[in-house]
Amino acid sequence: MSTDFYREGAPVADAKAPEGPISERWEQRRFSGRLVNPANRRKLRVIVVGTGLAGASAAATLGELGYRVANYCFQDSARRAHSIAAQGGINAAKNYRNDGDSVHRLFYDTVKGGDFRSRESNVHRLAEISTEIIDQCVAQGVPFAREYGGLLDNRSFGGAQVSRTFYARGQTGQQLLLGAYQALQRQVAAGTVDLHTRHEMLELVIVEGKARGIIVRDLVTGEISTELADAVVLATGGYGNVFFLSTNAKGCNVTASWRAHRKGAYFANPCYTQIHPTCIPQSGDHQSKLTLMSESLRNDGRVWVPKARGDDRHPADIPESERDYYLERRYPAFGNLVPRDIASRAAKVVCDEGHGVGPGGLGVYLDFADAIKRLGKKAVEAKYGNLFDMYDRITGENPYERPMRIYPAVHYTMGGLWVDYDLSSNIPGLFVTGEANFSDHGANRLGASALMQGLSDGYFVLPNTISDYLADGPFEALSEDHEAVVAARKEVDDRIAFFLGNDGDRTVDSFHRELGKIMWEYCGMERSDEGLRKAIGLIRDLKDEFYKRVKVTGKAEELNQQLEKAGRVADFFELGELMCIDALHRTESCGGHFRAESQTEEGEAKRDDEHFSYVAAWEFGVDEPVLHKEALEFEYVHPTQRSYK
Amino acid sequence: MSTDLQSRTAAPKAARPAPWKPWRSNIGLKIAMAVSGVLMVLFIIAHMAGNLHVFEGREEMNAYAAGLRSFGAPLLPHESLLWVMRIGLVASIAVHIGALIALSRRAHHARPVRYAHRHKAKGESPNAYGIMRFGGIVIFLFVIWHLLDLTWRTVNPVKDAHDAYGAVMATFDPDRWPVTVFYLLALTALGLHLRHGIWSAVQTIAGPNTKWRKRTQAIALAVAVLIVAGFAIVPLAVTFGVVS
Amino acid sequence: MKLSLRIWRQPDADTKGQMVPYEIEGVSEDASFLEMLDVLNEHLIAEGKDPVAFDHDCREGICGACSLVIDGQPHGPQAATTTCQLHMRRYKDGDSIDIEPWRAGAFPVIKDLVVDRSAFDRIIQAGGYISAPTGTAPEAHSVPIPKQDADAAFNAAACIGCGACVAACPNGSGMLFMGAKVSHLSLMPQGQPERRTRVLGMVAEHDASGFGGCTNQGECAAACPKEIGLDVIGKLNRDFRKAAVRAA
Repeated sequence: MSTDFYREGAPVADAKAPEGPISERWEQRRFSGRLVNPANRRKLRVIVVGTGLAGASAAATLGELGYRVANYCFQDSARRAHSIAAQGGINAAKNYRNDGDSVHRLFYDTVKGGDFRSRESNVHRLAEISTEIIDQCVAQGVPFAREYGGLLDNRSFGGAQVSRTFYARGQTGQQLLLGAYQALQRQVAAGTVDLHTRHEMLELVIVEGKARGIIVRDLVTGEISTELADAVVLATGGYGNVFFLSTNAKGCNVTASWRAHRKGAYFANPCYTQIHPTCIPQSGDHQSKLTLMSESLRNDGRVWVPKARGDDRHPADIPESERDYYLERRYPAFGNLVPRDIASRAAKVVCDEGHGVGPGGLGVYLDFADAIKRLGKKAVEAKYGNLFDMYDRITGENPYERPMRIYPAVHYTMGGLWVDYDLSSNIPGLFVTGEANFSDHGANRLGASALMQGLSDGYFVLPNTISDYLADGPFEALSEDHEAVVAARKEVDDRIAFFLGNDGDRTVDSFHRELGKIMWEYCGMERSDEGLRKAIGLIRDLKDEFYKRVKVTGKAEELNQQLEKAGRVADFFELGELMCIDALHRTESCGGHFRAESQTEEGEAKRDDEHFSYVAAWEFGVDEPVLHKEALEFEYVHPTQRSYK
Repeated sequence: MSTDLQSRTAAPKAARPAPWKPWRSNIGLKIAMAVSGVLMVLFIIAHMAGNLHVFEGREEMNAYAAGLRSFGAPLLPHESLLWVMRIGLVASIAVHIGALIALSRRAHHARPVRYAHRHKAKGESPNAYGIMRFGGIVIFLFVIWHLLDLTWRTVNPVKDAHDAYGAVMATFDPDRWPVTVFYLLALTALGLHLRHGIWSAVQTIAGPNTKWRKRTQAIALAVAVLIVAGFAIVPLAVTFGVVS
Repeated sequence: MKLSLRIWRQPDADTKGQMVPYEIEGVSEDASFLEMLDVLNEHLIAEGKDPVAFDHDCREGICGACSLVIDGQPHGPQAATTTCQLHMRRYKDGDSIDIEPWRAGAFPVIKDLVVDRSAFDRIIQAGGYISAPTGTAPEAHSVPIPKQDADAAFNAAACIGCGACVAACPNGSGMLFMGAKVSHLSLMPQGQPERRTRVLGMVAEHDASGFGGCTNQGECAAACPKEIGLDVIGKLNRDFRKAAVRAA
């Protein structure tokens, strides 16, 4: 085994992006892809796992096209997928404000925002489709915010210079998801989609090199069953819960993606995670999740910490001269409005130096005293009243009187299963959409672009590209006695039997919490060679202990939430290790990731385009993972170093 | 290849159990209840207004009662108006109670298990469930007594059907004070029933917005108070000797 | 703080359940209600007992998964708050708390505090959508919508489908849930073509799923964590009446 924990394989041969001018590539791909005769579509079965924006939109659209779709989600209703929690909005290059926006500008901003680690072809397609998404959602009845003239309202979001973000109060994700959910339910009623809620995918079935089905567990009865099909689409979301504490829902997990990875699908850029700067800090060891407070708060709040270490006076008693408004000090041009990654890391730096406030010293103040003085309490209440109430409810502190405490938290994962331009993984017949794939955000995701990508993939990209693959189908009918199916089922059965039979004494959550701490400490906002090596060792030891000491109560044939968690945490261990290996090998700072060894003289992130302008696609290996590099080329947006000084 | 395959989507399969009649739905039954209730409220208002003739004395009151019987004469047969009212009322009561029974049975199936921890009811009409069910029973029993007493005179000492005034005086005689108490109790039940029932009927039939719903609730309260007061004044006046 | 809990335990749908007492100590007032249950479960597992099953997911009040009746009130005592956003500082040392599942014929208990709410999905399938297949949409600005209509539609669409309205209703009625969806869609111009078939279909499915009728008591609106008001039920009634008359 090499000292770097991995070995390098052949580069990724072809990401299948068409050649030619970038604005014509998607058009060209739609024409060159083969179609399936409408009469033949009903003979083709497609499995879609997940019912979030990417999954529900794909399942509904494929159903509308006439394919027979089987759709799965682990939640009790398709409407509860975690896309529902997205607050801010969705970008679209409509240029309704006549402020100079265009498809090309959205494309440019997204490539730049991704710190030049995404594919130009994919991002351009995303920008092109963005306008169609808004049309589609409005037609479905999504109640976007409107102006008095009855037309759609837009706002500027995440530091963008144009107003291109469409929103529905602070619940844009909810409204978009309900639109997709309703379209999906319409297809369920029409009989084109079989929807299975409270079912979890536990294994992928591969026959003769093609993805042909999945093994699922009915979470109510515990029954293990097989669903066979001509193609499988994973829309299973991100893996932020590897950190235990994140803004993700408690159920979010990597299992579906990881099972596919173990069966040969490449996992790309696993270390790319997004850390959101304005979350409510952890209050104690009981904490189960972190709550995001809208980024808009930084428009009026001032971020500071006490100059003296460990100063635990009431914030009102700390005079101005003893406060460090560190963002305004370090980034005079942008001040409190620096991008997410910069704000997050700066908070970590001051807390690591001992200036943090609140429990454990993990928090910085976000102070509205000046805004209240300037605008009046009423105006502040009108703007942020809901958020202030939510903060009060969670922390028991009144933000009108005492500054909020905030701290960064894991929010989104840019990495995911590797896909080509067609959203196909390297396993034929396995497609991946939404946050589960790695494709469009590079090393950092811009605000209001996750919703755009999920719906773009599900409504418009996948339904157009999957037909090229399905045109070869229907594939040979399989029986459940096929050796590949039997083997996959056995893996699932064995894993369940192991957990229930293990004579352990520690709960699943206790391991998950510990894993999360390791990941956050060493593979969070700031990484170093030494720390990552240490983390890999710690994770391996903890994993061994997990398999020795984990205790799962109950039976297999019932609703058993501990058993569900155990399987998910087992996969998080393996993912966590790969994330550390990926982070270790990428010795540059980029996106939200600060690599201690790669910084400028002023201590800012330094990207290394010469050595790292590629996608790291990892192949699963029993001993060590294999790295396949996909070179990134920039023909239209030339890499520059970001600066916010 | 058949042409139906060309269509973009299959038509949603019929969700409703066939044959499904909208009027047998929960909302349909509620509308039936609301409409029958409104008819009864109109009758009650007329009845209440008529009762006030008592203050004009025996002759006026009995003339009013006779007038009801001969209403429309000679064009219409004797007691035409009364029969229309009687039939309408019986039908309304039948519909009101029939819908109640159907809805109650459905509600029982819809909430088969009670909470171990009973919390005080909340909402805009927090005690409506109890008021409408139990108040309704009290009102129903009262109506039977009321018919036996003042319509058929079975339990009333004044048997002369034409002496409405005398019957009223007799029934609320201070010596028969429990009758007056029962009458007032039934009126209280009626008032509570109407306070919820009137706005509830408007909500079911017309579906007002929030502003009008609040107004409806206020109007319902006013109407209920007016009706109770209008009815209560007669027995109180008789019992306390204001009218004799 | 120290608390005495009584929690509904029921191994599966077919077995009779009961309230079981538990004592729990050292609960932080900063913990959320569900985190308090997490702590209880950690203790139960350590003792080799079956932990309490309850539905939860986002824990930020938007997914609608959490569903506990706390001391007889769906989502507990705090107005406009889901169980996951309820914090233990609402309680004091020594309090006793009763925790039960949603109670409704249409929401059978699956295990402990977990109920089956698929009836809500069926109501949506029966018409709670606008038929707009992908790709057919006209330009978004082709139909302006008055701001007050869009805002009213949003208020109704804010429903998270948690089912607290049904749990609170003495009749086990799903009218507030259904009214919210009917109102949302019928306030939008896009929702007009299917307005009548939608309301008839949804009401039929609502009744067939075993939800009761509405007594206009208003417990549902008082329990709704998203503060959806009785006006949506009024709108549902009105739409239904018009559609039924036209259908007759």
